[in-house]
Order: sequence, then C-alpha cells, then structure tokens
Amino acid sequence: MAMFLLRRIGHGILVLWLISIAVFGLFFVAPSNVAQTLAGRQATPETIALIKHRLGLDLPVWKQYLHFLGNALKGNLGFDYYHQVPVTKIIAGALPITVSLALGAAVLWLSLGVFNGVISAIHPRSLADRGLTLFALFFYSFPSFLLGLLLLYFLYFRLTLSGFKWFPAGGYSPLAGGFGPWFQHLFLPWIALALLLAATYTRLTRGSMLDVLGEDYIRTARSKGIRESRVIVRHGLRSALTPVVTQFGIDLGQLIGGVVVTETVFSLPGLGQTAVVAINQQDLPVIIGIVLFASAAVVVANILVDIAYAVLDPRVRLH
Amino acid sequence: MTAAIEMVDVLDEPQTIEGRSPFTLALRRLRKDKVAMISLVVIVLIVLMAIFAPVFTAITGHPPNEQYRDIGLTPDGLPRGPNGTFWLGTDDLGRDILVRIAYGARVSLLVGVIATAITVVIGVVLGLAAGFLGGITDTILARLIDVVLSVPFLLVAIALVSVTGPSLTVTVLVIGCFSWASVARIVRGQVLSLREKEFVEAARSLGAGDGRIMYVDILPNVIAPVIVYTTLLIPVVIVTQATLSFLGLGLPPPTADWGGMISSSQNYYTTAWWFILFPGLALLITTLAFNLFGDGVRDAFDPRADRS
Repeated sequence: MAMFLLRRIGHGILVLWLISIAVFGLFFVAPSNVAQTLAGRQATPETIALIKHRLGLDLPVWKQYLHFLGNALKGNLGFDYYHQVPVTKIIAGALPITVSLALGAAVLWLSLGVFNGVISAIHPRSLADRGLTLFALFFYSFPSFLLGLLLLYFLYFRLTLSGFKWFPAGGYSPLAGGFGPWFQHLFLPWIALALLLAATYTRLTRGSMLDVLGEDYIRTARSKGIRESRVIVRHGLRSALTPVVTQFGIDLGQLIGGVVVTETVFSLPGLGQTAVVAINQQDLPVIIGIVLFASAAVVVANILVDIAYAVLDPRVRLH
Repeated sequence: MTAAIEMVDVLDEPQTIEGRSPFTLALRRLRKDKVAMISLVVIVLIVLMAIFAPVFTAITGHPPNEQYRDIGLTPDGLPRGPNGTFWLGTDDLGRDILVRIAYGARVSLLVGVIATAITVVIGVVLGLAAGFLGGITDTILARLIDVVLSVPFLLVAIALVSVTGPSLTVTVLVIGCFSWASVARIVRGQVLSLREKEFVEAARSLGAGDGRIMYVDILPNVIAPVIVYTTLLIPVVIVTQATLSFLGLGLPPPTADWGGMISSSQNYYTTAWWFILFPGLALLITTLAFNLFGDGVRDAFDPRADRS
C-alpha cells in the first residue's frame, strides 16, 4: 500500500511539473504587451524596457521558468502585475467562493442523481425510468450559461418583479456575514450547477444499480425474507455507489477550475472569474497560478480516488 | 416482441440466411429506437437549415449581417419583437434573428463535426499506439493523457484564444487538442486486453507487422465504443464552442453564432425575451437531439444494454 501511494504521488508530481512547463511555455512564448499596457500610451521605449526588466520579462524564458519554479517550491507563486498582490493571496481569497459553490451544488446533484438513479434502476424501462432519463438528459444538454441566464430570468427577475425578493441578481456574500445572505447568493448557482451534473450521476447510479441488483447475493438476501427497501439500500446501493464515489472525486477536483461559466453568469468572484479577469488583462502570474492550482486540485482528487479505490478493492493495489 | 419480428423476417425470405455482423445488428436496434430516430430527423433538419441558410435570406429578404436600424429597432433603439417582417424578432443592432440563427447553425455544426473528428483521430491513433506498443511509448503517452486530463480545459482554452485572437481555426484546434485524451484513454484500455487475444497472435504468425495489426486487426474491434463516444462528443463540442463565444471568444463579429447571440442578448433579457429565447432554443434543441441520438447509439452498440 505504501509503495502504491508513493508511486501514485510521484506520478502526480510529475504531471504537475509537466503542466507547469507547458503552461509557462504557452503563455510566455505568446506575444504579450503587458509592459506596454502597464506603462500607458505615451510611455517611452525606455520606460517599457524598465518595466519589462522589473517584471523579469527581459530574461530568457527558461531563466524565468527556473525562477518561477524555485519560488513556487517555496510556496510563492509570484505577484500580480497590476497591484503587486501575491498570487497565493488572490487564490486564497477566491477559493472559499468556488468551494462554497462546488460543495453546495455537490449536495444537491448527489442527492438528486443517486435518488433518480435508484428509482430508475428499480423499475427499468418503466415510465418513471424513461421520464427521469429524459429529465436528466434535458438538463445535461443545457449549456451552463443558458441555464444560468434562464434561472436568473425566472427566479430573480420575474420573482422580484412580482414582489418576491428572494434571490439577488448575482454576487457573493461571505459565510462570515451570516448564513442567510450566503445561502441566498449561492442558491441559484447551486441549482444551475447541480442540474447540469446530476445527469451523469443518475446514469451512473442506474447502470451500477442494475448490475448489482442482478447479482446472486441480492437474490439470496431477498429469499431470506429481508424487506425489499432494505435489500435495495443496504445490499444494493451500498456496493453500487463505488463508481459514483469515484466520479464524485474526479468531478469535485475538476470543478475547482471548471466553474468558470457559472461564476461569470452569477458574478461570483471565485477562481474561475478571477482567472477570466486575469486573462483579459494578460496578468500572467495570476493565470499561471490559478491554472496550476486547479490542475493540482484535479491531481490530488485523482490520487484520493485511487486510494479510496485501493482501500475498497484490494486487487487494484497489485497493479 | 423482438423474437416475433425476427420470425417474420425469416418467414419472408426463407432462402437467404446471411450472417449479421454486430454492426448491422446494432444499426437494426438503433432503427427501432423511436426517440433516437426522431432525434436523427431533428439533426437532419438542423443540418438542412445550415446548408440552406441563404434560403432564409431569400425568403425574408434579410441578409444575416444587415442592420435594419430604422424598421428593425423601436424608436428607443430597442430590439423589435416577432412580427410579419421579422418572424423571430430582431437583435440589438436591428438584425433578423431568424436568419442569424440559420447562419449560426453553420458555425455550430462545422465546429462540432470538425473538432470532434480531430479529437477522435488523435485519440484513436495515440490510444492504439499506447495500448498496443506498450513499453516506453505507453509510459510517455499515459503521462501525456494524465497531463491533458488534469489541465482545467476551459480556463486554458480561454487563455489560448485570448492570446491568439478568436477565429474558427483556433476554436477547432483548441477543442481538438484538449479533448483527445479521453478518447485515447478509452481506446488504450480496450487495446490492452485485445492485444493478448489469439487473433492478434494469429496475425503475427502470418507475418503481419505492428501497423497492420493495429489498424487492420485491432481497430475494427474498438470502433463501437469510439462511435458511441463520438456521437456523445459532438454536443459537448458544440456547447464548448458556444461557451467560448458567450465569454466573448467566439468568432469575430459580425459573424452569426449562437453563443455570441446569447451573449449579446444578456443586457436585453428583461426587455426582449425573443432575443435570448430563440438562439437559446436553437442551441438547446441541437444539443438535446445529439444527446438523445447518442444515447440511442450507446444502447444499440452496447451488448450489455438492458433490454429487459
């Protein structure tokens, strides 16, 4: 188990290192006029050269990379070009918002997906099954920005117009400022995200439940006279959830850098929106910092999933 | 039910008993899937709309990028709702939404098909190589797959497009270069078990080289999951393209594309519902049709699919 873990972590570090090279190369090789932007329109070539020098942009790319890597290993991801704020501080500020969004939505999509999946699996090919599959596919097909805008139209604009000021148009209110406002600001984004992701879980739960319910031990459990609900939940669902847990880990990791659209539509200043703003300003340290951080989240989530898998299924450890 | 129909088939043509490949069987199952067939009809209609987009201009008399600032906008400069001249209303610049939707279908379908094709070709070639050749090739490709799958795709895509400037080529390339990894992983997994099969040994003992074994003997065996994945990838790609447009990184204006239309409708959704509704519906119907069709394809090609 220790060897398995070490190898897995080694792979993870290798992947992150490769990503850092790729991202660094990609953005630094691309033509950039950050120095020009920072210096303003009327800047002399000398001023621009000076700014380039201060930002370290006049060094060869590989030197810049080594410098970046050395600092990153010490936990310093550099400073943003415009306000000289440490990138780690920017990430730390935006992370709680993205995590609030992802975790809240996760509760919703897991309950919705697993519940619908179980119902579908108990009566396969029934009207309920077909209806739920259609429901899932419908929202799965929704482009996230469109779903977000529709929710805003009906649940913010229409409701507010009718005198129910339940949900704001967007923005974020920290948990420290009270549970109520936090909940109100996140409710619509949660729904938008959860409806989108629930489909995958409905399908996954349904498929895996159908497999499990066909097993001999389920027949044994039934023939022992155990209540059907208990057979389904305790014997069936429990082992059917393994692929769901795997998918959940992977999705959660990816959401850290993947909720760009939902954050943009609902004006939530999380990691995604911060990155988009940084991209528009060509604020390279922030872009690279967030991309690397988000990649690290995926890598860590994958390792955790593998560990969970190895704990659940000893055969995996041998490979 | 199925048995009864096949009985009739046999009775109708008693002399010819031809072997059915798994592929024909899958097609036959697909043809019986009503939802999938309806979705296919919808897809064909959308394709026709894209091909014959100029017909919409001919009928309405409105070119896609013509701004009717006088008759297409209210005196306050707001979009006009659906009426006799503009059947689906106008946008913020007084352009005909119906005609722009028809032209926008070209962008969505073109990107959807080309980017998916690139994705699948890269994914299949690299997946075959990794799974069949093994060794150092596999180690390198497997890490590469890990890298691509770990990168936050949308963020990097936005960053890349913003650096290179938006264009059709860039969008297609960015989507293609970042989506192949999941195809490669599926193919690699299948090939790993296939290469140990007897037919590969047989081919090798007949003197077949690696290339021939990979593409002639193994490839046909992984084609089913690839077909399923491809059908389900097209709507994902279409949504990705629309998302990039929505974030302002689509095609340069004034080219009509759905994501861009929805993006510019944002400021008007309280006053002009048609501006967001119709492009939104076009996009939703397209992705839904592809997903429902893909779902049917999956059921038809998956021998384990539950038809209980």
